[in-house]
Amino acid sequence: MAAPASDNSSHGRRVIVAWIALSVVATPLVAFVLGPHLPPGNGSSQATEQVLANTWITSLITPVVCLLLVFFVYSLTQFRHRGGALVDGPPLRSDSRVQIWWISLTSLVVLFLAGFGTFELLQNGSGGGQGPDPIAIPKGQKIPVQVIAQQWQFTYRYPTYGGVETPQLVLPADSYVELHVTSLDAIHSFWAYELGVKADANPGVDNVAYVKTKGPRTFHVRCAELCGLWHGYMFNNGRVVPMSQFTAWIKAQRKEFEPVAKYLPKYADVYYPDPQRRAG
Amino acid sequence: MSLARRLIGFNLLTACLLGVGGWYVGWFAAHGIVGPSLDYFGDVDFNELSIVMGYLCGVLGFLIGLGFLNYPISRLRGYPPSLREKETGGIGRYFGLCTDHKVVGVQYLVGIGLFFFIGGLNAMLIRTELLRPNHQVWPAGTYLTLVGIHGTMMMGMMTSGILGPFGNYLVPILIGARRMAFPRIEALTFWLLMAAGAILETTIFFGGFPTGWTGYQPLGTQANPGMECYYLFFALVGISMTLLGLNMIATVVTMRAPGLTWTRLPIFVWGVLSTAVLMVLAAPVLIATLSMAVLDRTAQTNFFVPAQGGSAYLYQNLFWFFGHPEVYILALPGFAIVLEILPVFARKPLWGYRLAVGGLLGVTLLSFFVWQHHLFVSGINGDLRPFYMLSTELISIPTGLTFICGMMTLWRGRIRYSVPMLFCLAWFFNFLIGGLTGVFLSDTPSDTTTHGSFFSMAHFHYTIMGGLVFTFFAGIYYWVPKMTGLQLDERLGKIHFWTMFVFFNSTFFPLFVAGFLGQPRRAVTYAQGLHFLNVWVSISAFLLGASMLLFLYNFVKSLVFDRVCAPADPWGSKSIEWQLPSPVPVHNFDRIPVFSGDPYGYGEGGPTPVPAGAPAGME
Repeated sequence: MAAPASDNSSHGRRVIVAWIALSVVATPLVAFVLGPHLPPGNGSSQATEQVLANTWITSLITPVVCLLLVFFVYSLTQFRHRGGALVDGPPLRSDSRVQIWWISLTSLVVLFLAGFGTFELLQNGSGGGQGPDPIAIPKGQKIPVQVIAQQWQFTYRYPTYGGVETPQLVLPADSYVELHVTSLDAIHSFWAYELGVKADANPGVDNVAYVKTKGPRTFHVRCAELCGLWHGYMFNNGRVVPMSQFTAWIKAQRKEFEPVAKYLPKYADVYYPDPQRRAG
Repeated sequence: MSLARRLIGFNLLTACLLGVGGWYVGWFAAHGIVGPSLDYFGDVDFNELSIVMGYLCGVLGFLIGLGFLNYPISRLRGYPPSLREKETGGIGRYFGLCTDHKVVGVQYLVGIGLFFFIGGLNAMLIRTELLRPNHQVWPAGTYLTLVGIHGTMMMGMMTSGILGPFGNYLVPILIGARRMAFPRIEALTFWLLMAAGAILETTIFFGGFPTGWTGYQPLGTQANPGMECYYLFFALVGISMTLLGLNMIATVVTMRAPGLTWTRLPIFVWGVLSTAVLMVLAAPVLIATLSMAVLDRTAQTNFFVPAQGGSAYLYQNLFWFFGHPEVYILALPGFAIVLEILPVFARKPLWGYRLAVGGLLGVTLLSFFVWQHHLFVSGINGDLRPFYMLSTELISIPTGLTFICGMMTLWRGRIRYSVPMLFCLAWFFNFLIGGLTGVFLSDTPSDTTTHGSFFSMAHFHYTIMGGLVFTFFAGIYYWVPKMTGLQLDERLGKIHFWTMFVFFNSTFFPLFVAGFLGQPRRAVTYAQGLHFLNVWVSISAFLLGASMLLFLYNFVKSLVFDRVCAPADPWGSKSIEWQLPSPVPVHNFDRIPVFSGDPYGYGEGGPTPVPAGAPAGME
């Protein structure tokens, strides 16, 4: 038999107490146990920031999930209709207190999230592509690297090292890198997962993203925008190496690249595609 | 002899013949324009114009064959106006132009259901490919075509997934009218959709298309001629959507019965109305965008060709200006069905009616201000990103209103767990997960990782499949007894629900993890470490497909073989459609009813739920 009609407030109290109890237990667990394991890891400052963002969001939605969980488990078991004949429930049409509480709480959460996201975003762009005129520019020395996407590979160009082009991305540790992402044909997306970088490669557009590397490691690069037939095979690995190793590596690359360099077009921020080329 | 006579005339057979004939007329006409040389426009390796003209003339021939031109021509010849077309025939009226809104509703249900199953089959083939991380079951181009057809079919067809069958069938009845405002246009929307679906499937004859459902440029400009089928499919769907939306708005605004004020309108009609507004404002943008893209391919314009002054961003912006309202076109009818069905099974009035309406309208309005969150990492102007982050997150406030209204409707009710109710309750679970994971995608910093990954794919499957398809089935189990007068098997329905709910979650929840771990969407390969997750997902997906077959079995068994008559009001609803006999007679009401309240007066006693001017309906 369902509960008598008079104890509306005791039903409510039970749900709220259970919700608070569950949230108090669950939220710290999510924030401090699950949080550090959230992607994309600690491969760069930007990645760490994204882990922080993910942790905040996950922790904030935990009480929401708890509320709905408690509410539905309670309602669906307590207010279940038993017996044959149809019985109507109490005709409750609305309750302004519930409405005000609900709207205020959702608004608060939403505004906090938007504020927090904006704050993080404006620090240094959070690893996302900011277009040709970035607004969140980190201070200090930056190493420019151009990422040239084409069907179906990435080429990396180091303009400050004599325009060396390599098929593999190697970055020095503990330094700020300024990635200029562009494309020769369709739209691609440069996604260095462990570094927390994603920037679309648009033909004729210089899409800038910043990343501050941490210690030496390897990372994966994948294309994250459907770009035609072999999109699924457009990936390779990159490395973050100590500065001394990087200097030696780029020197070797320059030497190897010397004979080819004179045949290549001059460095440009953007390249324009051949519109009639067919693919895919 | 009589069979032969029945086959001659304006019917589906003639339509198909004229459709195929029209295709060839268009094909050769365009060859006449372009000239026999395929090199006429320079470095073009296929005569795209012929394909486009072929399909356009084919659609025209199909519609003429169905008889859509008969009425305009007879009006031009001076015959008197008439509203009705083939509304009394037997089973044959379901296979041609019919202006009875109930027939169109059933046509939509079966037609959309058919294409829904084809789209689902594509998903099974996609998951077959992803059983192994680096092994091609299908050729790479075929895989992309499968992904493209699955996405485009679902996004295109299911826009009308609830407005088509249930909107057309129920809205006139719920507002106490005998027909839609424009019955011929109503029939036209359905047949356009069927022509469109057939066109999308024929893409395989032209090499498929590689762009997925978004059709991004300049990939679309490069792609082989199968791309034309995508453009024409989506443009026809856009036309169908616009007309459907206009028809719904006109019907709800002008044809409500006496006493049916805006605050007494069933919440389902509010949901249909807000969806219709979205359709009318968003779909024309899609039609225009795709026309521009077709011109880029056929007439060598350069709207979206960066090398010649066009802009790929222009396409992305135009597409998502349609594309984001589009996902709410898919989601809003689901909200409305949930709020419509909950009061019946909780035996309580809908809680916070005005709040619920406000929620629906709020989503409608806000959905036009969020589209650039699809472009967060694309290199748009950086100043825009905080705004779109805010607007995207704001939309969870009106969505939350739907939640609180539904939850408070359950509160202290007398809840019965019939099949439609189970699907509605599952909506809360699915849409909660879908909505909350949307926060990760709306927050620009965390979107950097989740963008374009399986995380976003899992997110929109939770909102669209968990939001729309579950409520679509809720609608089927709830209203098909009214539409056919026959019961669906309750036990099989429950098995269908539980298998679908369990395997849906077991399919899509692991994909959040896969996306978080770095698996990109639409890629045919993935990292070795994700193998187990993907095998798990594929097997769950096959079982999910099997649960759909279970539904099909139930549907056919109950409606064709068992044929158990349903009582007039099996759910004990107070809404007007359940006061009519099942199936509803051709003219709905003998006399137009007069409404004295909303249909949610559970537990309030009061007068009989049957409105004054009772719809006895026996003719």
